[in-house]
Amino acid sequence: MDVVRVQSEDFDVGAESERLHRAADEVGGVVIFIGTVRGGAVRAMTLEHYPGMTEKSLETLVEEARRRWSLAAVTVIHRFGRLLPGERIVFVGVASRHRAEAFAASEFLIDRLKTEAPFWKKEETEEGTRWVEAKEGDEDRARRW
Amino acid sequence: MVVNVLYFAALRDVLSSEGERIPLPETVHTVGALRTYLGSRGAQWAPLLEWQNLRCARNRSLCGWDEPVCDGDEIAFFPPVTGG
Repeated sequence: MDVVRVQSEDFDVGAESERLHRAADEVGGVVIFIGTVRGGAVRAMTLEHYPGMTEKSLETLVEEARRRWSLAAVTVIHRFGRLLPGERIVFVGVASRHRAEAFAASEFLIDRLKTEAPFWKKEETEEGTRWVEAKEGDEDRARRW
Repeated sequence: MVVNVLYFAALRDVLSSEGERIPLPETVHTVGALRTYLGSRGAQWAPLLEWQNLRCARNRSLCGWDEPVCDGDEIAFFPPVTGG
């Protein structure tokens, strides 16, 4: 029922949304978060990951979300490789009986994913390439849970 | 005891190494002691000691520096993650 995928190719938002929404009869709402590559100074972004640990850490987060909230279905898809501005990076989708669980669980998943899942971003700008530094604000958001 | 060590992202670039399979002296029993041992082997490896906020994982789970190390473990060192 739950889906965790780490892949280089894009995902089909419509198909993923549809699958969550059809996951069970009791689904009353679906919340979806999609993270994208921000434009501006960044020309491209390369996402590196730790194969094996990445999947394991995402599965652990989904299990924890399920322990905290009553959820019908969860999907987490994260891409790696070189992405251009506007491209999708991550999909977090949660289907539940009532919206409160779906909102809370989706926020928990993306906040904790950003500080626990082993992905690293390298940005290409006019000045060259640089590894993105972790933000203190992300740590604060993850600690709220 | 032999462990498989992996380095990722900016740390890998600075060390010029993706990882190594390395026999350990009897004195190394924790991930923190492993870091000190690896980083004390000369200039190439010094960033392991100097790196602020370095993170570690044992057998693909995040861990603390006092985590025990066992024969055959996969130990990874990396900067704070920046996915999502």
